[in-house]
Amino acid sequence: MEFAAQVIDIQKHYDLGSVVVKALRGVSVDFPHGDFVAIMGSSGSGKSTLLNLLGALDRPTHGEYIIGGRPVSSISDDDLSAIRNEMIGFIFQSYNLIPQYTVVENIEVPLHYRKGYPTISAKDRKRIEELGDMVGLGDRLDHRPFQLSGGQQQRVAIARALVNDPQIILADEPTGNLDSATEAEIMDMLCKLNAEGRTIIMVTHENSVAKLAKRQIFMKDGVVAGEGLFPG
Amino acid sequence: MKSLMLHKLRAGLTMLGMVLGVSSVIAMLAIGRGAKEQAQKQVLKLGATNIIVRSVKPPPESAVNSGGASVLRYGLLRKDFDLLNKTIPTITQAIPIRELTKAARHRQHDITARIVGCTADYLDINHLNMAQGRFITDDDRQQKKNVAVLASGTADELFQYENPVGQSVRIGDKFYSIVGVTIPRQASAAIGGSMSGQDYNQDIYVPLETMRVRMGDLNIDRTAGSFSSEYWELSQITLRVDAQDRVVETANVIRESMKRNHKDDGDYAITVPLELLKQAEQMGIIFNVVLGSIAAISLLVGGIGIMNIMLATVTERTREIGIRRALGAKRRDITVQFLTETIVLSGTGGIIGILLGLSTGIAFAGIRSLVESFIFEGGKAGSDFAQMFSEMRPEPVPWSLPLAFFISVGIGIIFGIYPAQAAAKLDPIEALRHE
Ligand SMILES: Nc1ncnc2c1ncn2[C@@H]1O[C@H](COP(=O)(O)OP(=O)(O)OP(=O)(O)O)[C@@H](O)[C@H]1O
Ligand SMILES: [Mg+2]
Repeated sequence: MEFAAQVIDIQKHYDLGSVVVKALRGVSVDFPHGDFVAIMGSSGSGKSTLLNLLGALDRPTHGEYIIGGRPVSSISDDDLSAIRNEMIGFIFQSYNLIPQYTVVENIEVPLHYRKGYPTISAKDRKRIEELGDMVGLGDRLDHRPFQLSGGQQQRVAIARALVNDPQIILADEPTGNLDSATEAEIMDMLCKLNAEGRTIIMVTHENSVAKLAKRQIFMKDGVVAGEGLFPG
Repeated sequence: MKSLMLHKLRAGLTMLGMVLGVSSVIAMLAIGRGAKEQAQKQVLKLGATNIIVRSVKPPPESAVNSGGASVLRYGLLRKDFDLLNKTIPTITQAIPIRELTKAARHRQHDITARIVGCTADYLDINHLNMAQGRFITDDDRQQKKNVAVLASGTADELFQYENPVGQSVRIGDKFYSIVGVTIPRQASAAIGGSMSGQDYNQDIYVPLETMRVRMGDLNIDRTAGSFSSEYWELSQITLRVDAQDRVVETANVIRESMKRNHKDDGDYAITVPLELLKQAEQMGIIFNVVLGSIAAISLLVGGIGIMNIMLATVTERTREIGIRRALGAKRRDITVQFLTETIVLSGTGGIIGILLGLSTGIAFAGIRSLVESFIFEGGKAGSDFAQMFSEMRPEPVPWSLPLAFFISVGIGIIFGIYPAQAAAKLDPIEALRHE
């Protein structure tokens, strides 16, 4: 069967000159379509490294990563950019909005890098508005990030991640900077997106967050140490 | 684009070099063209094959004391005229004139006119035309007739609505009958030496020989209590050379010949219109070198400044670059973005520079007065040059505008490519982690 994403015995080494840091030391995971996975583990265990590889932001040192049925090793850098643009939506712990842009402009950014560079159409505008409403920021579309709370900024980031209708959502500690009430709202949104059929892979430290996922992967020292809620 | 607006002051300062460089390019070409056109106009008016020798009144201390009243003797002599006319084979025509100012009168109308003693050739050589009647003829000269031709302005003032031809005018204490009136002519530009700009419209022309017998060579001026006398035989000799390529060599022969009757060259000046062209070219070269260096240095400094600011921008916006890469931007997209921003920056500088360059005329007037007061102070050698300098107007060259714009865009590309590529080369993950 074809998976949304599949990593096969991947390793990631960082050559720091004097030492080689092995951030990933042979990880194999299958992510079926519509999966909702929480990746857990202690700090430095390689969670972010794995997520970046899954997001096609980087290539593994060894092993293979297959996304959309294609091995990443056979894909050019430009095509990796296209994959990120079309198939993947990123949500970061620190939101990563462009500070000088308004909410609308931030949501628009992925549209500027679409294949063939089409200009933003009326249909696109409508979709941005709908996304704004969906994340509950319909009345703040012309605000700038510094005028918004952390939770609101993360909603903008979610809208931005969704604008190109990707199959996979990658979230690195999406609620890491938020209070528990806001955390619940954001998680509610992610659950809905998963219910729509999107594959969601999320890094988290919180058991309460992780248990909302369909399954949990526990990492330790660059390898998968187990599945299920820790300790369990 | 937005991030450019964010740092208005910084962007403005960065553009300064571009602005200066581009405006220098525009100004350089405008001044070059202005100088050339000015010189060509001059030469056309004065005649490219003409050489003009004029009397110059020396400073008063060299006056000779003769019997209580001082008589100032100076200027061109009739023997100068004979010498030049007869001994230099390349001269085809020599036209002497003598000028002085005197009161002219008709009934109650009274003016101070420039009286020009001249020959029949004067009409032609000064591009004058007759409105009515005739000009001075050789016959008038030989018979020393008491005839006069009025310039249009003189005729208007003295005769108003009457027809002057056939009537008479009183010059000094003698009467002359009017035989013709000229058509108004635009005043000529000033040339070097003693010749100030001529307003041909306030003249009265009489035969040279008539002037000599009826007015004499001595001119007594009884103004302001003391009375001064001046003695000069001729005011100007216009010499026509047979071919343009022999003008310079002929001018040198004239300079030598003039030394025979004059101990020093303090009482006459030689103007060679053709040499004005060369001086204009020299002036153009001086300006081009000065402004060209300013332009080159400014553009280089401006370009480096832009590169510097763009490198700083790339560092500041590293995280933004990471975000864009994560959201699907290819390396080329990043390159294009930063290169575009650089070009907008340098292009805006270029446009401001073009506008500034076009207002050279205003700036030039200021520079001119500065240069005049410092460099050309009284120097005789520089006087023709100074004169021309003070009369030329920079003339913007149309094609210099697109050229200047392309230069500014080109500078943007040259100095923007490195920062843009540095931005594109950033590793997305590293960039996202920045700060
Ligand atoms: N660019 C890099 N250069 C060198 N070492 C790196 C680099 N990126 C990650 N590492 C190392 O790889 C290991 C895994 O890092 P990673 O960021 O994946 O951990 P993590 O599980 O996400 O930790 P945390 O929970 O703190 O975010 C760490 O030891 C880290 O120091
Ligand atoms: Mg991490």
